[in-house]
Amino acid sequence: MNLTLKIWRQPDAVSAGAMHTYQLADVSPDMSFLEMLDVLNEQLNDQGEDPIAFDSDCREGICGMCGLMINGDAHGPEVTTTCQLHMRSFTDGETITIEPWRSDAFPVIKDLVVDRGAFDRIIQAGGYVSVNTGSAPEAHSVPVPKDDADRAFNVATCIGCGACVAACPNGSASLFMGAKVTHLGLLPQGQPERDERVVNMVAQHDHEGFGGCTNIGACTAACPKEIPLDVISQLNKDLRIAIKHGH
Amino acid sequence: MPDTVTAAEASPSGSLDGDYDDAAGYYTPGTPLVDGKAPEGPIADRWQNRKFEARLVNPANRRKLSIIIVGTGLAGASAAATLGEAGYNVKTFCYQDSPRRAHSIAAQGGINAAKNYKEDGDSVHRLFYDTVKGGDYRSRESNVYRLAEVSTNIIDQCVAQGVPFAREYGGLLDNRSFGGVQVSRTFYARGQTGQQLLIGAYQALERQIAAGTVSMFTRHEMLELIVADGKARGIIARDMVTGEVQTHLADVVVLASGGYGNVFYLSTNAMGSNVTAAWRAHRKGAYMANPCYTQIHPTCIPVSGSHQSKLTLMSESLRNDGRIWVPKNQADCDKDPRDIAEEDRDYYLERIYPSFGNLVPRDIASRAAKNVCDEGRGVGPEVDGVRRGVYLDFADAIERLGRDAVANKYGNLFDMYARITGEDPYSVPMRIYPAVHYVMGGLWVDYDLQSTIPGLFVTGEANFSDHGANRLGASALMQGLADGYFVLPHTIRDYLADGPFEAIGEDHPAVVEARTSVTERIEHFLTVNGTRSVDSYHRELGNIMWEYCGMERTETGLKKAIDLIRGLRDDFYRNVKVLGTNESLNQSLEKAGRVADFIELGELMCIDALNRRESCGGHFRGESQTEDGEALRHDDEFAYVSAWEWAGLDERPVLHKEDLSYTAIEMKQRSYK
Ligand SMILES: Cc1cc2nc3c(=O)[nH]c(=O)nc-3n(C[C@H](O)[C@H](O)[C@H](O)COP(=O)(O)OP(=O)(O)OC[C@H]3O[C@@H](n4cnc5c(N)ncnc54)[C@H](O)[C@@H]3O)c2cc1C
Ligand code: SF4
Ligand code: FES
Repeated sequence: MNLTLKIWRQPDAVSAGAMHTYQLADVSPDMSFLEMLDVLNEQLNDQGEDPIAFDSDCREGICGMCGLMINGDAHGPEVTTTCQLHMRSFTDGETITIEPWRSDAFPVIKDLVVDRGAFDRIIQAGGYVSVNTGSAPEAHSVPVPKDDADRAFNVATCIGCGACVAACPNGSASLFMGAKVTHLGLLPQGQPERDERVVNMVAQHDHEGFGGCTNIGACTAACPKEIPLDVISQLNKDLRIAIKHGH
Repeated sequence: MPDTVTAAEASPSGSLDGDYDDAAGYYTPGTPLVDGKAPEGPIADRWQNRKFEARLVNPANRRKLSIIIVGTGLAGASAAATLGEAGYNVKTFCYQDSPRRAHSIAAQGGINAAKNYKEDGDSVHRLFYDTVKGGDYRSRESNVYRLAEVSTNIIDQCVAQGVPFAREYGGLLDNRSFGGVQVSRTFYARGQTGQQLLIGAYQALERQIAAGTVSMFTRHEMLELIVADGKARGIIARDMVTGEVQTHLADVVVLASGGYGNVFYLSTNAMGSNVTAAWRAHRKGAYMANPCYTQIHPTCIPVSGSHQSKLTLMSESLRNDGRIWVPKNQADCDKDPRDIAEEDRDYYLERIYPSFGNLVPRDIASRAAKNVCDEGRGVGPEVDGVRRGVYLDFADAIERLGRDAVANKYGNLFDMYARITGEDPYSVPMRIYPAVHYVMGGLWVDYDLQSTIPGLFVTGEANFSDHGANRLGASALMQGLADGYFVLPHTIRDYLADGPFEAIGEDHPAVVEARTSVTERIEHFLTVNGTRSVDSYHRELGNIMWEYCGMERTETGLKKAIDLIRGLRDDFYRNVKVLGTNESLNQSLEKAGRVADFIELGELMCIDALNRRESCGGHFRGESQTEDGEALRHDDEFAYVSAWEWAGLDERPVLHKEDLSYTAIEMKQRSYK
């Protein structure tokens, strides 16, 4: 395949960025999207032009490190991560626009790389169970109904990629937060801190500059792990109850 | 010790010519190495005794003691969380943008623990036994016993953190069995166990960051170890965003920086997995043990072309229900597999190893696949003239269990396969081929997980001690968490009880030397201005390693590889092309440093492989096999750990041997027939 690529280039956090156009020939449909960019980067390196910076690590759809806006869609046209998107999803002669996640809470570091540290800070605010090492009770002492465990697992699969934020017109991280609150809220181990957790996480979310959720649903449509929208209802419900409890 | 009968005693001379040492010209023999911390006494009491003997540090003093941890995978995050909780002053580093992204997140299959929840005869002793046997009697007995012993605590800890393991309808935890064992002791969270365990450790770590006991440095790469007055006292790290070269000092340094499988370029490791932290420490005096022990995993998606940047593993759990076969006749290899009659299929693992069948250990399954492909009976597209693939067929399982049950168990793996290959594994058998996956070698550590540099501890895949020559499935996660949650916190306090150590300043000659070496290297890479990209060197190194130091190794091949690698290193330093500057995010510069270290490591791996004139575990020496082509170990000559000391660039490394002795287990030739 032959492609025209329009790619956002920005030398660093403070400089202005702009779209640049590149031509790339002989792209195989078996390549992943990121392998296609690798090939472009080898070409740029040969020509003496600074290669394009983009994030990736596992290239297996599980670490959450990759993430690009491709033709305006977070992670591109398929429901998957950018690293698991393959060039067979595109056609010969196509023009593809590639940009970084856009959100005030995710500042651009360089080219297609953004800073998602805000997600870690939301987890620091309460996305954990307070248990010290070494004193845990025997695992079978607290049974968990299979349905709860399965559902907790389903929402615990969030990889923290940020596509939900990038896709949301308000730049809300409610899906990400809802996934964590639902995961821990479904398990007996998560109960003692349940109220405090949701209140603190939401406060941190707002503090980081993420927007409010107006139930548009763009987040869940872009989410590579298909985290369902109802985790946001759960988030809101937990928040209401916590406030009622006086938190 | 009557129960330490070696295979050597059974066949006293072995088949090799005793005095001949084909690696002789490549290394200098060193003094034997002993693990001074290894406890004695009955094996079941050793860890309890060591914990009791380890000195304590008063809580008020812990705050004054500082610990640097490089790496926040399972090993590093669990250690950082636990040591932070204990009240020490912890700084931790990773090269990704968040600790949650460490390579541990990719582990699919599960984590072992001797819980015996299935009442199928499991016990600490059996897990210990299976692990030592699986490692082909090249791991340390005391360490492995400890691993089995604390395995049960790991599950308790993770469940308390909210890790959503698979459960049965009664609400209790479910288990499955994994390659190489006959009991169900593997705990799992669908095909994403590593992710769930890491998120648990990451959340525990974030909790400590919020509490102020741990400071986290993301997008920071350790580029040098500081060894002052004989002790590890800090690191030089580069802020990967600003290029700032920083000095971080502490009382003790822990490396939890993962494995170096990326030396092969194509592997199942994450793109950034590297050897730099370990290699820089090696150059400062930490011995590198058994570097040639590589695990090749049998169930990966085959290579499809030269653009490929990495290989994808599919969980070994697939071998529980999938049947592995190739056509009996070469002529059938390009046919649609569904058109090949039952009697024309060779279920070679079931045929050769009837008692373990498709569940033989990884090294055996991998080599068997390579053999049938080398015979010309491989399937799938031809890459470089050979079909490198075998079928993993679920047709029987779908018929027996139903499509839904199969989808329930393996659905995400099937989806992943379909996405990568564009084929539907529910209707056409999957194709698999072995790929480099894990390294059993790593920095040498004693029973306390301390390296040969005092004050430098090494945990997780970065150390060498627990898996021998081959790692059984689901035991790396176990080791990472055992080291971080339960072992290191006890042993490190014994070391820290000597502290606080005399403060050293940034003007200490050791600090200045380490900083200068980092800045000079960066400067060098940015000014060579040659013609070849970093990636092209990495690819070439990977080809050499896979060809000559991969699944099967020979004396001639290894010698050739050493020459090729030496040539490649010269060329790399003269001709590499790294654009951009140090003062901003520069991914080529990051890679250049890593590839430079991989090249030096690659040479040592080949020398180590040359020295080990036996086949064991993932290391198959063509010259050492039984009449029917199985691996042949030589316990009389090689029941030792090879611990290599750096002697300088272009100098021969020094080989120190640590003899392995078994008191609680009998050394046997492994057989899965
Ligand atoms: C695809 C796959 C599937 C697997 N499945 C299983 C399984 O089912 N069961 C099992 O038991 N094992 C499995 N394994 C093996 C297991 O995942 C790893 O061995 C284990 O997770 C390693 O953990 P670790 O903490 O030692 O290192 P890692 O998780 O690799 O962490 C390394 C850390 O070090 C940091 N780091 C590295 N170098 C530097 C540097 N120079 N400066 C700063 N930071 C640095 C990284 O940022 C990272 O935080 C699998 C492995 C793979 C590849
Ligand atoms: S909720 Fe989905 S889109 Fe959002 S961070 Fe998690 S995995 Fe990514
Ligand atoms: S690189 Fe890990 S999810 Fe894409």
